[in-house]
Amino acid sequence: MSRQDALVTADWAEQNLDAPNTVFVEVDEDTTAYDGGHIPGAVKLDWKTELQDPVRRDFVDKAGFERLLSSKGISNDDTVVLYGGNNNWFAAYAYWYFKLYGHQAVKLLDGGRKKWELDGRKLDTEVPQRPQTQYTAQEQDTSIRAFRDEVINAIGTKNLVDVRSPDEFSGKLLAPAHLPQEQAQRGGHIPSALNVPWSKAANEDGTFKSDEELRKLYEQEGLDSSRPTIAYCRIGERSSHTWFALHELLGETDVKNYDGSWTEYGSLVGVPVETGPGQRGSGS
Amino acid sequence: MCGAPEQTAELPPGTDLSKESVLVGKVTDGSSPVGGAYVRLLDSTGEFTAEVVSSASGDYRFFARPGTWTVRALSRSGNGQAEVTVGGPGLFTTEVEVA
Repeated sequence: MSRQDALVTADWAEQNLDAPNTVFVEVDEDTTAYDGGHIPGAVKLDWKTELQDPVRRDFVDKAGFERLLSSKGISNDDTVVLYGGNNNWFAAYAYWYFKLYGHQAVKLLDGGRKKWELDGRKLDTEVPQRPQTQYTAQEQDTSIRAFRDEVINAIGTKNLVDVRSPDEFSGKLLAPAHLPQEQAQRGGHIPSALNVPWSKAANEDGTFKSDEELRKLYEQEGLDSSRPTIAYCRIGERSSHTWFALHELLGETDVKNYDGSWTEYGSLVGVPVETGPGQRGSGS
Repeated sequence: MCGAPEQTAELPPGTDLSKESVLVGKVTDGSSPVGGAYVRLLDSTGEFTAEVVSSASGDYRFFARPGTWTVRALSRSGNGQAEVTVGGPGLFTTEVEVA
């Protein structure tokens, strides 16, 4: 996997809005942004109501994913171009999720909604009608998804990358600074985790930094590229962004996203928790 | 709940200003409010901390700990930033002008 396979520019997107077998998909937690104006022809995907099981804390199952993509009019041989707000957090999550269920051609729009808007590119309120398809998903590829026991066993042996902000890492905050701090679980991080905030991988306009900058960043922060890596954050969306940078852009082979992330780990009974800035400072 | 919540001048229910430090304000172009601006909260080292989109009335809001912060706004009408020092719990209002 490389940058050319995984990432498309806003210019490319603008020139390929009507390309055959290409579906633009806006992914967000709050889809009111889509309703107010989206990339022409894009369909919407709701991170919470469509990608999460409504009862258990897990993803929709294979049959559910097949039903979802069929209803969106997405075929197995379509190229899916994902974008969204929040610096592509949820779009990166959806990218990882599409890969988890084996979709072949999926790409992320560099800079997402933010760059598109700041560039003054066209937005549209018309909702496209795509005919129903018969989508077939693969079994989950768990080589890119980490579960809690694996994470506990990874302490001190694999690279654990905590991509939250330094204040969340140290335990001073339980959620990002733009959200109310309502969570009940413990604050801190998984022992031995490095703190490399997701934002260090992105430019101000939401685009990813260059491969050279990314390589230098993770090297400086102490990521051992000879070891497997597990990335986590609070609910797994910011760490999808870092998973994308490491696995899709830099081509690191053994990288997993821990979607349970701090909201699971920080609520587990009996597991070790570390507070404070960690061994390598506050991610700076 | 990691998505940016709707930005309004009113604080969400349950916000306790005797315990929490809340940064609020408007993005303006000098005269009118600028909605749809990307407002970034940067720490004292210039490192990114959080980002929200300003409401139609130009309002933004962050929850932050005491310290010195930069509020930086990116918009189609230009960019701008302002510094704010949070000494403790309470409400801190800062206008950010873009040009």
